[in-house]
Amino acid sequence: MLPRFWRKIKYRYNLVGTYCENCGTYYYPPRNLCPKCRRKSRIKEVQLSGKGKVISYSVVHDAPENFKMMKPYVVALIQLDEGPVITSQLVCKPEEVKIGMRVKAVFRKYGEEGESGIIYYGTKFVPDEKIG
Amino acid sequence: MRRVAVIGVGCSKFGELWDMSFRDIVLSAGIEALEDANLEGREIDAIYVGNMSGGRYLAQEHISALIADYAGLAELHIPSTRVEAGDASGGLALRQAYMAVASGMHDIVIAAGAEKVTDVGAEMAMDILSSSADREWEVFCGANLPALFAMIARLHMEKFGTKPEDLAKVSVKNHRNATLNPKAQFRREISLEVALNSPYVAEPLRLFDCAPISDGASVVILASEEVAKKYTDTPVYISACCQASDYIALHSRRDITTMDAVVHASKQAYKQAGIEPKDIDVAEVHDSFTIAEIIAYEDLGFVEKGRGAELIREGVTELDGEIPVNPSGGLKACGHAIGATGIRQAVEIVLQLRGDAGKRQVDAERGLALNIGGTGATAVVTIFER
Repeated sequence: MLPRFWRKIKYRYNLVGTYCENCGTYYYPPRNLCPKCRRKSRIKEVQLSGKGKVISYSVVHDAPENFKMMKPYVVALIQLDEGPVITSQLVCKPEEVKIGMRVKAVFRKYGEEGESGIIYYGTKFVPDEKIG
Repeated sequence: MRRVAVIGVGCSKFGELWDMSFRDIVLSAGIEALEDANLEGREIDAIYVGNMSGGRYLAQEHISALIADYAGLAELHIPSTRVEAGDASGGLALRQAYMAVASGMHDIVIAAGAEKVTDVGAEMAMDILSSSADREWEVFCGANLPALFAMIARLHMEKFGTKPEDLAKVSVKNHRNATLNPKAQFRREISLEVALNSPYVAEPLRLFDCAPISDGASVVILASEEVAKKYTDTPVYISACCQASDYIALHSRRDITTMDAVVHASKQAYKQAGIEPKDIDVAEVHDSFTIAEIIAYEDLGFVEKGRGAELIREGVTELDGEIPVNPSGGLKACGHAIGATGIRQAVEIVLQLRGDAGKRQVDAERGLALNIGGTGATAVVTIFER
């Protein structure tokens, strides 16, 4: 599974998404084809702002094996200001989360494959206090 | 297109079948169906089997030939095909079999579904089932299937005022129905208090909001209308079997409180059957999580969007209600044997329409089965009539 992870590192670490120049829609995760324009797609990669708001969320108690150390942890659907919705984790107290809350992207560890395996890093979100 | 009838049904016990292998389970359902139809193996033209993940649950692929082989059919060289769409695999097998008969290609076709999940631990079983969602961009983040349905539930509650009690009532109803189903995994009533006080899996979903992951197999035998008359006096006809797909991940969907694939497949199915949602007398829907049953009420058109909880509050979907839903106990209490579920739902509707459903019998001429894959990226809606 190692190549599967590292080939997406740019998108996971830096929140690089894609943009269709034909219709003006942003995508994250990145897509090579715009579902609105299909063959008329004109896709280019873009750096996303990492700012957005919580659409929905869950506090996970019965955690999968790789996430046991983090439980309970918060997963959320976050709508970025550019439009796309992303599935990510929120780094905050479970009782802090609210639908509509402003958040911003941060670089964090997601997990690791055993003692000698790959360490997974990626983008998580934290409350964006400046905007409130 | 020819009219297609169901001439036989069979179902294994659902649950933690420690003393039965994958082959044993499939055979128990298959023999029951053949006896029900009074059919000989050599009369079968083709087999379709729904199985999500023999590869990861059993490290066994090539389930299609394996099933034909252990059903004693190897020397008949019957074409056997496995289909997969997460936990909608059974629904797909039914649709492939339906198309094979409707098109005139074959006269008698088996649609089977089977899954053996307990040879791996419960955590691995959930990890495998979660691969029906987007492994790279959802599950990677710790958003497994319960967490994804939890986010659907959270937003449904926020937008429409659905309550934890509404979800719990779905679970209570399905457990009550399962007490009347000898094949069901959980045959004990639960109280609202027990459901509402069970531990959180992924908030707002608790243990009793989540279907188990079960071992089980189911089989239906389809035949053309003409051929069916030779085998049964009580054929049940399939008046539509429609399938739709959608974005694999919740984050790509227009609105996570609506499963567009279910809306699309059901609209097509009603049109093809020439009926409206109000004409459905009984339904089996995919309650992998309690919120999924409430959303199904809406997306199938039983009630308008946002008002699904009213049906459970008012008892409309109880066994003695206006549209009984999940008389079998549903995935929650009958058990969710992944690839078998879509066929198990069909078995229940056929038993109900034939009047063979025993103590859980409802009065019905027309029934519907809804099987979904993952969080709704595949939906199969089948309408049956007697």
